[in-house]
Formats: sequence, structure tokens, C-alpha cells
Amino acid sequence: MRSFSYAAPTTIEQAVSLLEVEGSEVLAGGTDLLSLLKDDVERVERLVSLRGVEDLSGIDASGGRLRIGAMTTLQDLRDHAGATEAVPALVTAIDGVASAQLRAMGTVGGDLLQRPRCWYYRRGYGLLALGRDGGSMIAEGDNRYHAIFPDGHARFVSPSSLAPLLVALGAEATVRGPDGERRVPVEALYRAPQAEGERENTLGRGELLVEVTAAVSGVRSAVYEVRQRRSLDWPLMAAAVSLTGEGPRVDQARIVLGHAAPIPWLAVAAGEVAAGGELTPARIEEAAEKAASGARPMSGNRFKVQLARTATRRALGLAAGMEA
Amino acid sequence: MADYSWPEADRRGQIGRRPARLDGPVKSTGFARYPSDQNPPGLLAAKILTCPHAHARILGMETSAAEAMPGVRVVHVIQGEGSEIQWAGDEVVAVAAETEDIARDAVRAIQVEYEVLPHFVTEEHRDRAPAAQPGSERTDGDPDAAFASAHRVVEQTLGMPQMAHMCLEPHGQVAAWDGDELEVHASTQAVSTLGGQFASELGIPATQVRIRTEYMGGGFGSKFSPDRWGIVGAELARKAGAPVKLFLDRDQEVSVAGSRPSAFARIRVAADEQGKLVAWDSDSWGSGGLPGTGQTPLPYVFSRLPNRRLRHTSVPTNLAGSRAWRAPNHPQACFLTMASLDDLADELDLDPIDFLDRNLDLTGRADVYREELGIAAEMAGWEERWQPRKRSRDSALQRGLGVSIHTWGGRGHSSNCDVTVHPDGAVEVRIGSQDIGTGTRTVVAQVLAETFGLELHQVRVSLGDNRFPQSGPSGGSSTVGGVSASTRRAAQDALGEVLARVAPRLEAEPEQLKAAGGRVFVEGEPSRGMSWPEAAAQIGGAPVSARGRNPGPGRLISSGVGGVQIAEVEVDMDTGVVRVERMVAVQDCGLIINRRLAESQVYGGLIMGVGYALFEEWIPDPVTGRLLNADMEFYKLAGLMDVGSLEVHMMTGPAYDERGVIGLGEPPVISPGAAISNAVANAIGVRVPYLPLTPDRVLDALAADGGVA
Repeated sequence: MRSFSYAAPTTIEQAVSLLEVEGSEVLAGGTDLLSLLKDDVERVERLVSLRGVEDLSGIDASGGRLRIGAMTTLQDLRDHAGATEAVPALVTAIDGVASAQLRAMGTVGGDLLQRPRCWYYRRGYGLLALGRDGGSMIAEGDNRYHAIFPDGHARFVSPSSLAPLLVALGAEATVRGPDGERRVPVEALYRAPQAEGERENTLGRGELLVEVTAAVSGVRSAVYEVRQRRSLDWPLMAAAVSLTGEGPRVDQARIVLGHAAPIPWLAVAAGEVAAGGELTPARIEEAAEKAASGARPMSGNRFKVQLARTATRRALGLAAGMEA
Repeated sequence: MADYSWPEADRRGQIGRRPARLDGPVKSTGFARYPSDQNPPGLLAAKILTCPHAHARILGMETSAAEAMPGVRVVHVIQGEGSEIQWAGDEVVAVAAETEDIARDAVRAIQVEYEVLPHFVTEEHRDRAPAAQPGSERTDGDPDAAFASAHRVVEQTLGMPQMAHMCLEPHGQVAAWDGDELEVHASTQAVSTLGGQFASELGIPATQVRIRTEYMGGGFGSKFSPDRWGIVGAELARKAGAPVKLFLDRDQEVSVAGSRPSAFARIRVAADEQGKLVAWDSDSWGSGGLPGTGQTPLPYVFSRLPNRRLRHTSVPTNLAGSRAWRAPNHPQACFLTMASLDDLADELDLDPIDFLDRNLDLTGRADVYREELGIAAEMAGWEERWQPRKRSRDSALQRGLGVSIHTWGGRGHSSNCDVTVHPDGAVEVRIGSQDIGTGTRTVVAQVLAETFGLELHQVRVSLGDNRFPQSGPSGGSSTVGGVSASTRRAAQDALGEVLARVAPRLEAEPEQLKAAGGRVFVEGEPSRGMSWPEAAAQIGGAPVSARGRNPGPGRLISSGVGGVQIAEVEVDMDTGVVRVERMVAVQDCGLIINRRLAESQVYGGLIMGVGYALFEEWIPDPVTGRLLNADMEFYKLAGLMDVGSLEVHMMTGPAYDERGVIGLGEPPVISPGAAISNAVANAIGVRVPYLPLTPDRVLDALAADGGVA
């Protein structure tokens, strides 16, 4: 393992100034970054552990809002009665993170900003996996688990378990950096890189994710993940939905796919189809169809288009209180 | 000469009982020291630099940076300049260093220049293979005429990919020299033969190699030789003058340390109006890496099927060569055959069990299969639960049942052992065998205890050392027959010597004496006897010892078994996800020594079977030729939540017991792929032609049938 220095700040300000130095990287739960370093897929000059930083963990679920500190562990969030009462779909999303060890060590911020699982990236060919001739190894190779909504050269999928749900809820992320604090929609944390070496998130140098907040009052939400194995497996496709409106009426709907694109895939048009009336099976079917429309699958992942439709339909059904 | 035999049912003390495995507590508490747990003083760690290309020539190499790193003790070039590499993951340079981290860093500091050459890794596309080797055609009877006059014919292409052994303890060893004597703690299935192989590679006499394997963490057919990393590990230790631990990293374990050949086939099979099989035509191909692979035994089980034509093409790929995988060739042949027959039964509008039953005279064991099919059907509730294949898609979740039958030999291998009775009554067997996790240690102890009329804790089994009498490698379900027979013979002989000394004291003939319940006594007069320690004391100051052998006199073992399995699955028609809800297994294996361990073998076979039916496959990258899933993240093993309810029935009773002991490791892993595939076809109304039954393959099959996706 290549050498690196290790810093353990105790305040956000210290963490920010440490992260401003090039080659510094946040260490949160450490469940994945250390493996990437051991495998020499990523290199760092300095790890900045956030474990000892005050004010980065904790959950507040009062006043119709949910606030989750970035260093909150997934298990602590899972066990927080106020949070899971306000957003029951959190349970589904977190229980999908296997194993218990990962839930105990992994953090909310780490889940949101974790690196992709693309098997070309993980074997050292880079996030975009462009071959020597500049062609896409992913497009020419085995892409069964890759994006059906690729964006230019970005063909990996965003692996976060919480991001689709938080984006569906319209959650905001609080980011601290050298220039102070900014608040952005969670979806604005993500981007599809177009050059090797670019990251898949929008945090600038010295910036760190502090917390996420969401208005959760009167919102019905659900997550449905298609997983091949019951034990220890990534979803093949995930869908998160949130619905607002009185009674059976849906005024607004947000539908987000996970494991479908390099970013959490906000299917705006599908949400529009689902909103504006009662959520009938026919309307659900139409929204599910819309969520998968425009997909551009590659040689080996056409089946994921069907999974996107199914996951959307079932998530909408769950949120509307119907049989999945 | 003694009459070597197993006791009758009413006279058995140990045999047929269900004792827990003797090493269960040390294994489950972590006290068992596996070869990879050995840490002798001064131990060095070794790592291997492997080639990232599937086909390449080494143009040059620079190792000086690695050699100069503090803590690096030896840099050993395995394949130097000019070498042609034929698969990704092949070993190039090894490093021994003071810590594993240093060894890893040193490996990373080695620069190798490659000329990358063309590769081929996707043998399902036989037409694209650069070096396919078609074999000659074999014809029996008149298949063309039989097909022409047949009542029903089905024809399709089926297949299953190459997959890994995935031993949880990777391949490797700890090698230590004392002068020119080598001791190796090896994770091996072949304690008695490994030393000679090390010796000849290292150029030392076989007498100077000691092999130790007290426990080992899985082999499944992939751990019979020292392998290149074994010899390299010993060389590193010799050069460094210190013990060296070299176990493969997980990506190497998956990529190069064991795989099962793929099998694909275009198959035509036909039946007459009575539902009798009348013709078979298969054009098969497959790959076991660079060496290609041979013909699987088709048609499987129904080996007397008339009018056959078989062709086979061996397809070399730029992948590491395959190794024996639990029941070599049988799971492939079973899937290809039983899936074809299942589709033919559907074409004939016959219940598949009825169809198999009508053709059992084409097998070698009709009576056993018939009895087992009846029991399995009863256990699975076949009569109430089985329905003809559904063509409707009325709901998202569809259930189905499938059946398969299989066979295996399982004759005991060559085995020697020494049984010693000490004057204090202590009894020990020394046997150069190994317990690869199947329970060999426990079964041997039961045979000893049975023979001497003692309890398990009163006997000692010493194995896993090549200084003990040579006993065969553990492969092909041959161990239990070999070690139980040699142990029984030695134990009967040793006991005979004790009885000969005791007889005068009891004023009886030795033949009248019996050892049971911790005593030796005149049969029929329990009071005319003495305790076992008193009896043993009669032998005087020196222990009594006897050598047992297999093969040998007396009918202790046999071979040839049949088994039936039924799978029940649930398929999500909208996602293609398959859940195994239930597996029923009915199996014979002659005389069962330990019921619990026998059932465990079947449970293990079913779990492994669910794995290769639903999840496991090598995924070689068409672009680079490397495996994309040489890890435990995307090389998916079945977890406990994936295997469903497993129900096992062992065939026992006089007709089975009288055959003697037969091996059981392989048979239960043969049928799951076929039974589960047949259950999925039954559930969704269409054959998914390839294993594993992943969602994409299931949805593809449904789409091809004009359905949803």
C-alpha cells in the first residue's frame, strides 16, 4: 500500500483547511476507500478522517423536517424511530445495504459519495475505461451491470443506496468549503465526468458534505430495488418515488432511478405523468413506461430497461399503498 | 485370516449413528489451525506479480527497484524475457519480504514490458474460435432413421459457462527448510502424494519432504498438486533461508486456481408414441481454458439410449486450465441431458417423472431410480403441486417444479493405515489421508470405535501427515470407502491379536470373544469377560500394531449410486429473478457410517448446486481477456438466504447396507442445475437455455417467446 499521511481534525474548519491541500481525501466509514487504496485503484497523499469532527453526525426529525449529519452511520439512521417514522422508505434503502458490518461502519455521507462499482474502474482502467484507441472498453466489453442512461463516456452507474430516495424527497445537501457554506439539491452533488480524472461529484477542493435535510411532512415515499441475491448483493436497478397531495390525489411526484445512470436518474417526465390526479394502475403503468423511455442500453444490459419499468411501477405502487 | 465385514444392523454400535463431527468445536471457535494459520518464527510473506493480459509476450523486465526495497528478501523471476503468457493472472515474478505489505509494494515496483497478442475468451461463440479442435463423430444404431420415424422431436442449443472453484481458503502453503529437509503446511487434497511431487520439482529425495494438513479450507477437486506457487514458495524459502507463507490473493484464486469447463451443445432428442426415447444427436463444445475440454458423458444416465450420434469440439481459450470440479463433467452432462428430456416430456404432454420412469430401463439402475423417484415425489408433494408448463402470464410470480436424476461411482481408493493398541487400552490409527471438510476424521474414528467396542472419545485418529501410511488423494468420492475399509481391516487384525492374548485368561477360544460396550467377553456370556483396559493389558509391554489396506479381502465397499432431486422455484416474470424455494434430494450411497455427515454432504451439494444454477460464472472480458468478476462481489456465491428449504432423504436398509461403503461427495452436486432449470421452465413455460439462470437470461427467454421484455 502506498504511503499517505493521516489527519484527524476535530472541527469542520480544520477539516476544510486540511482538505484544501491537493491529494487530500475524506475518510468517513472507510468501508471502501481503504480497499481502493490497497488495490492501487486510487492514490492519496493524505486521508482526512472525519470520525472526530464534532457536529457531523446526528439526526433531527422534528418540525416536519429531517436533518441527517453526514457522518451518521447507516445503522444509526436505521435505528432512529423519528427518522424512519417520517420516511419509512429509509428502512428499505438501508436494509438493502448488506452486510450488518457495512451498515455499522458506513456513513450517510459515505453512501452518497461512494465511488462506482464498475468492474473496469475497479481493475484500474479508469472511471471512463477508455482504451488505448480512445474507444469505450465498457461499450465494447461486458456491460451487463452498467448504465442504460449513459452520458457521453460516463457509462458506470451511481451506486448510492440513499441518493435516489433523498433526491426523490427533494432533499438538500449542505456543503462547507473554503468559501463558506452552500446548500444545493442533493442531485446537484452529482455529475457525469467526461474526461478521465474528473470526479463523479461536484464538490470542489476543500469542500465536504456536512448534512442533508428534507421536508418530509405529508410526503409518501417508497423504494423498490431489484436484487438477484437476497444476501450480499448490489441492486440491478432501484427506484425511489415521493408523492405529495391530499388523500389518493397526487399533486407532485418525483421518480428517481438508481443503478441506471452515472448519476441518480431523476425521471422528470415520469413524475409529471404520475402527478395531477389519482394514481391509478393505468397511470402507474404509464409513468413506469415513461421512466424507462429514452434509455440507451448497450450490448449486454437491455434487460435493465425492463427492470427500470418494473422498479418504478412497484415503487409507485408501494408509495400509493397498493400491492407491489 | 479374519472375516472382514461390517456388523449386521442389530450389532452396530457406531455405524449408522449421527455423531457430530469431532473437529466441529475447534473449527467453529477458530482454534483449528489451517495451513494458512501457520506462523513459524521468522516467517516471510510472499506475493506474486501476475500478467494482466490474456495473451502476451514478455519483452523485458526491471526488478531492481523491488530488490532495493528495505524488507525485501528475495525476488524470484518465474517467467522471464521471451516467455509467452497464455492467460491473464499467470505468474511472472514472486517476492518474499518481511511483511505482506512490503511484498505487495515490491511486486508493484516491478516493471514488465509486454507485447500484447490476440486473445480469445468467449467460447460460446464457437464459430469465432481461432483454434477449435473438432473431434470425430461417433454413431451408434441409425439415428437418421430413428429421428425420421419418431413421434416427437425437440431440438435446441443449451449451455453453461466456465466457473470457479472459489475455495474459501485460497491455494497455498507455508514452506520451511531445516537444512535440506523441507516441511510444507499445504492446503491440499493429497497429503500422501504431494511430497514426492515437491521433491521431484525441487531436486531433492522424496524422503526429505514432510507434508502436513491437519485441516484445509476447501478444494472441490482443485488441490491435488503443489502447483507453481507451491514450488515457488519452497524456492523462495530456500533462497531466503527462512519460512515463507504464500497463499493466493482472491483475484488469483478465482482466476487461475481452479475452474470447471463450460459445456454447450446443439441437441436433438426423440421419443416414440409410448414416450420411449428412440434417438439422440448432440453437437457439443466447450472450453476448460487453454487445453480446451473433452466430451461430457452424453446422453447422461440414459446411457443405453439407442440410435445416437455424438460430435464434440474442444475449444481452447486464453484462460487458465480447468481442474476437476466436484463430479467432473457430470453437472454439465446432467443439465444438457435432463433439460432436453424435460422439454421432450413437455412436447409429449407427459409428466416428467412419468417420462423418466418409462425410460428407466435405459439406465443401469432402474430399480433404485424408481424407488427414489417415488420417495422424492412424495416429499415434494409432486402430485398436488406439479402442473404442466404454464403458457399464461397471469401474475408476476410463477411457481414451478423440476426433476433430475444422476449417478456416480464412488469406489474407495487405495488406502493404508496402521492401527495400534497400547497396553493401557489407548487405540490410535495413523493414516496418510486428509479431512477436506467432509468429516473423514470422524468417520474413521467411528470405524475404530465400532471395531473395538469403544466410544468415540476413546480412540484417536491421526491424519494429515505424509509420514503416516500412504492413503489416496481425496477426489471422486473415493475417500470414505478407502479409509473406512483400510481402518476396518487393520482394526479387526489388531483386535484379533488382543483377543488371542485374552482368550486363555477367559478359558475361551478367540473366535468366541466379542468387544463391545467397553468390554471384552465371551459372546452370549457377558459376565465372562473383562474391561477393555484389562484386556489390552494382556498384550504385555509393547503395543500391538496392524497394517490395514484397501483394496483388500472382504466385502466392505462398492461403487455406483443413483440420486433424484426435485426443485421448486418462484420466478418473478417482470424482473427475471429466480428464487429457489425448496430442494428435495433422495440419495443412496451404500452403507452409511455417519448419517449426519452424509446428510451434510448432500446439503453442501445442494447449496453449491443452487450457486451454479443461479449465480456462478466466470465473466471474461472480451476486450482485455481478464476476468471481470475475480472477486467476491460480482462472482456471486449463494448465501444462506438464497438456498431455500433443503430436504434430504438417505436410502438405507438391508439392500443398501449390504453393498458396503460408497462415496458421496460428488453425487448431490450433479442434479441441481438441471432440476432448477427444469423448475424454471415449468414455472414460466419456456426453457432458459443457459445457466446460470440470471435475470437477463430469464427475461431474454421470455422475450424470445413473445412475452413481456
